[in-house]
Amino acid sequence: MDKQIIVQTKRLTKHFPVGGGQFTALRDINLTFSKGEFTGVVGPSGSGKTTLLNIIGSLDAPSEGSVTVLGKPVEALTHKQAADLRCRHLGFIFQTYNLLPVYTVYENVEFPLLLLDLSAKEREEAVLQAVESVGLMPKLKSRPAQLSGGECQRVAIARAMVKKPAIVLADEPTANLDAENSHHILQTMEKLNTKFQTTFIFSTHDDKVIQYLRRKITLEDGEVAEDQEAGIRDQEEEG
Amino acid sequence: MIRFLIKGLLRDRSRSLFPVMVVAIGVALTVLLQSWINGVMSDMIRSNANYSTGHIKLTTRAYAANEEQNPNDLALLDAGPLTDRLQKKYPGLHFVSRIRFGGLLDIPDEQGETREQAPVAGLGIDLLSPGSTEADRLNIRKSIIRGRMPEKPGEVLVSEDLARKLAVGPGRAATVLGSTMYGSMAMHNFTIVGTVRFGIAAMDRGAMVADLDDVRRMLDMEDTAAELLGYFDDGQYRDTAAVRIVAEVNAAVDNPTDEFAPVMRALRDQNDLAEYLDLAKNMTRIISGVFVVAMSIVLWNLGLIAGLRRYGEIGVRLAIGEQKGHIYCSMLLESVAVGLLGTLAGIAVGLIPAWYLQEYGVDIGAMMDNSSMMISSVMRAQITVQTFLIGFVPGLLSTVLGTALAGTGIYRRQTSQLFKELEV
Repeated sequence: MDKQIIVQTKRLTKHFPVGGGQFTALRDINLTFSKGEFTGVVGPSGSGKTTLLNIIGSLDAPSEGSVTVLGKPVEALTHKQAADLRCRHLGFIFQTYNLLPVYTVYENVEFPLLLLDLSAKEREEAVLQAVESVGLMPKLKSRPAQLSGGECQRVAIARAMVKKPAIVLADEPTANLDAENSHHILQTMEKLNTKFQTTFIFSTHDDKVIQYLRRKITLEDGEVAEDQEAGIRDQEEEG
Repeated sequence: MIRFLIKGLLRDRSRSLFPVMVVAIGVALTVLLQSWINGVMSDMIRSNANYSTGHIKLTTRAYAANEEQNPNDLALLDAGPLTDRLQKKYPGLHFVSRIRFGGLLDIPDEQGETREQAPVAGLGIDLLSPGSTEADRLNIRKSIIRGRMPEKPGEVLVSEDLARKLAVGPGRAATVLGSTMYGSMAMHNFTIVGTVRFGIAAMDRGAMVADLDDVRRMLDMEDTAAELLGYFDDGQYRDTAAVRIVAEVNAAVDNPTDEFAPVMRALRDQNDLAEYLDLAKNMTRIISGVFVVAMSIVLWNLGLIAGLRRYGEIGVRLAIGEQKGHIYCSMLLESVAVGLLGTLAGIAVGLIPAWYLQEYGVDIGAMMDNSSMMISSVMRAQITVQTFLIGFVPGLLSTVLGTALAGTGIYRRQTSQLFKELEV
């Protein structure tokens, strides 16, 4: 049975104005992402990883071509429709966690739910479940400043996962973490991916992340250089 | 969501306490400066109004022409009925009669012979009628240095400087030698019951304050008034209204060329105050305006910086899916709350020194020893309705405008571009 395609890019090209001319960050990208994927977009700095994630995340629009996310053409979305798509179906994990420093773990995780029409009880249940899934129940009332980097990133994962989005976009999620925390974070995300069938799309050049990926898309100078669909870690372990 | 945002605002002191403090300080300074400038610039007007010109003044035409000589032979007759008519026609004004006179103050020794004499500038005002407002208008009670207020006919106050010069104090008898309304010699015995210092150099050198009825008896001026002064009930001089009333009254005079015909003048028509009045008004506006603009720029920047500081948070909120309009509105609401709190606190804080300066002022008497200007030697602030309102311009308006400007960045850029700027 075919997997359900939730993201599709067709001849995606993105230009940025630079000085008098323009810089092409992405060129003629044709990709599909299916439900439940655990995929990484890898490549050196400036290869277009973040731009691709931004467009899939409806934070940016393509210059040419089309991008369909959950059946919605990103290039045709208004700001309001794009915000609604992010609010309901997309989760973001950032390199620098970007937690709101004055709020507790509970409140940080609860924040995305405040934008949805949920009762206080529903929010509480969802927050506790998400926090528990990343193993931070004892830190529920702590503020980000009282947490380690790994714990902060786990809060960010809980925040991204609390509304049970279809897609989580993670931009260099382990860049600021040591090896042990990186593995812990990736295992957590892998577990959530399996449990909720959430599609994870990473932008990374971290080998620790790459070994967890089940699909690796390599970008070079804005073009897809390689699209490796195999379970990379399993293959390597077998090899 | 609003509760969530309020929680964040209260917890983050750099978003709440610090901006509120900065706004409060800015507003307090604005309030203090406005009241001070207002007080200083209107002091001369107030002093002239209270001691000399009234807000409007009615005299005979001839008296007005020779006013500096205190020509009481040209006083208004039938002052009582005239006052009643004016009072009825202009209920928003309060009319009082006054008589100024010059003479010699003679201090006798134990044998009743002249011990000391000095020229005196006398002022007859209603001191003894129940409900009279004159003592308060001239701030006499607070100006008493020694002794007490006159309580019965025959009791007078003299300026402290004059009393020291004549080496007299409360309880001493004194005789005023002068000239009656009809040109004969006037001689009247008084008892000095107190000494005063008005804080106006021109008055403090040789003033004597007596009850109006005593002065009338002394000068044969029964039911007359050299001057009929009118004051607006709230004590504030309103130029436009005064000029209008003056025009009405003067237009109603039957025989305006008669030298005994009454003529009314507004404060601006007396003592060359017109130019000063215009200057004071403009200077108050200019100085307050410049300061308000300066404070507005400071607080505008505060709003701007506060907005920019939160770009990180805004980026996260955008990524999570919050609408741009919602974020912008929440920033503005937060700014209104901060601006409003800071403004109210600033007004309260600014009013404390403003009130102190209004009540006690700053004594510049040492610089005014030889001054003949009708200007107070104690410079005071003046709190008006404007004082309460002016702080809202820099405090609320500028802060909110600064935030509004900073927030437009959310709209002007592509979300991804904004993201880069937000360093997300």
